[in-house]
Amino acid sequence: MVSSAMPNKGIEACQVGAASALRNTDFFFPSYRDFGMALYHGVEPVEMMHNMFGNAKDAARGRQMPVHFSFVDPIKFFSISSPIGTHLPQAVGAARAYQLRGEDHVCLTSFGDGGTSSLGFHSALNFAGVWKAPVIFLCQNNGWAISCPSSEQTASDGFAIKGVAYGVPGVVVDGNDVLAMHQAVREAADRARAGEGPTLIEAVTYRMGGHSTSDDPTKYVPKEELAKWQERDPVVRFQAYLKKRGLWTAALETEWTQAAMERVTAAAKTAEATEGPGLETIFSDVYAELPAHLRAQGEAAFDLARRKGSADAGDGAFPL
Amino acid sequence: MPILTLIQAVNDGLKVAMREDERVLVFGEDVGPKGGVFLATEGLTTEFGKQRCFDTPLSEDGIVGAAIGMAANGLRPVCEIQFQDFIFPAFDQIVSEAAKLRYRSGGQYTAPMVIRTPYGGGIRGGLYHSQSGEAYFTHTPGLKVVIPSTPHDAKGLLLASIADPDPVIFMEPKALYRHAKGEVPAGHYTVPLSTLRTVREGEHVTVFCYGSMVPVVEKAAAQAAEQGIECHIVDLRTLLPLDEQGVLEAARKTGRVVIVHEAPRFCGYGAEISAMIAENVIEYMEAPVRRVTGFDTPFPNTLEHHYLPDERRVLDAIEEVARF
Repeated sequence: MVSSAMPNKGIEACQVGAASALRNTDFFFPSYRDFGMALYHGVEPVEMMHNMFGNAKDAARGRQMPVHFSFVDPIKFFSISSPIGTHLPQAVGAARAYQLRGEDHVCLTSFGDGGTSSLGFHSALNFAGVWKAPVIFLCQNNGWAISCPSSEQTASDGFAIKGVAYGVPGVVVDGNDVLAMHQAVREAADRARAGEGPTLIEAVTYRMGGHSTSDDPTKYVPKEELAKWQERDPVVRFQAYLKKRGLWTAALETEWTQAAMERVTAAAKTAEATEGPGLETIFSDVYAELPAHLRAQGEAAFDLARRKGSADAGDGAFPL
Repeated sequence: MPILTLIQAVNDGLKVAMREDERVLVFGEDVGPKGGVFLATEGLTTEFGKQRCFDTPLSEDGIVGAAIGMAANGLRPVCEIQFQDFIFPAFDQIVSEAAKLRYRSGGQYTAPMVIRTPYGGGIRGGLYHSQSGEAYFTHTPGLKVVIPSTPHDAKGLLLASIADPDPVIFMEPKALYRHAKGEVPAGHYTVPLSTLRTVREGEHVTVFCYGSMVPVVEKAAAQAAEQGIECHIVDLRTLLPLDEQGVLEAARKTGRVVIVHEAPRFCGYGAEISAMIAENVIEYMEAPVRRVTGFDTPFPNTLEHHYLPDERRVLDAIEEVARF
């Protein structure tokens, strides 16, 4: 069973446009809604599904919630955590490592409008500015931080301007235009590789769905606002662009949609049929080596399971 | 063998690590040309350059967050938090991120890094330059927590911590920075983590302690010996992961236990030692376990010498436990 998921309808162009502007040797520090970047660079849907089902083949062995991915191949897609903004200073540190070694890789870290209120955002921009670190800050201003509108997130005139005081150039881009996104991230990456330092990109977009599959956005999203953004659907827009150039047809759409659905369904079925993580995975990977006290606790858990049977999975349901 | 103070031993350890491994970086507030407020990093920028020992903006969250990213990208950062009291902005980075990175990625990403920080009282530092926050970190799976009490151990444990594949909180007893002196071998050596140090052998009362409390306990034990009470003193030196078997053996040896730390008592580290003894070796115990700790108050300034466990308080507890 998959307990919850984070939809990314409406922000596809932000992710694909950004990812397409980077090399597969660059380092991604994503937030939990950024799996489009991983898909673009060839992470197999079945690898994601293993995480969604929390099974034994999941990189994290089912220790994390769904959509908290971690990949090292074919791209470095840093392990995702739930606290907001903590990954930003980490991206700066990783970028500093590239800088010190004289390598021309860049880090891209992505977050929402809500993330700009976090401690990590401010520390990260400040450090990146001082160090001229090769890092791209991608703020996906999707209008909402769960149920808090971006108008209540900040009194500043948008989010890109927040870079100015840190000496980090801020750029505003139409986040629903995949080509504009590609261009903006490409320019930021070029700057970073040339030793010119970080860029803050504000991608103006809209979350056309709930925060998660358990969230009911109709309680707080004004209908008219959603309707207005639906007219700017990034996928529809790019389709129109391609159609005009004769690169996209109804037949192609049917074929591709069907192929994608089959691929995703097959991935889900494979992951669902994969066995769950063993009890020992609770205790492994806490440290490089299993310390004595964890060995003892693990042995006690196995012993209890032998004597009293397995623990009841219960009916825990995540509220968000 | 050279005689060094504890702070000189830390400095020597950092230099040895940086000479041996170019991935090792040192950074934090005022650690560059100034050499740190306690001079732990003196001379590093001169010897290794600004690329490898540098000052950062005044942001503990940024320091530790950046260290995690560096560690995950092939470096071996040794960052400094100027006083342990100032570590709390970085608490999220330490507890939510560094400690859990290996676990949450199945080992795909790790954070081999050291956070050095001076802790404890004894310098008239008041509320915000005196605290002993070890229990905040020993309650966090995924971290290692190390506290040396001698120059020899400071260098050897620091080198072991820098080589360790997991994040280490390395807490330095600032009260001993210049008061603790001892022989320190030149060059590279390590003191393995998760090992105890028997400070003194004795058959009547076992005293567990660490960091700045070790010399206090030694003095109290010398006074106890004049009354015929021989103390067995154990310096825990790695609080997490702890050598639990070693602790239990030392407790069983005398059946009488005193635990000493500066930190407040309630849910302090001594509570874990006490519970461990109660759960595992209570049948060997001849007396109730006694804890000598800081009070369950914020850390006072003018009266810090009353707050900190001293020889009087430790001796009082040893006498009580010995005579029970």
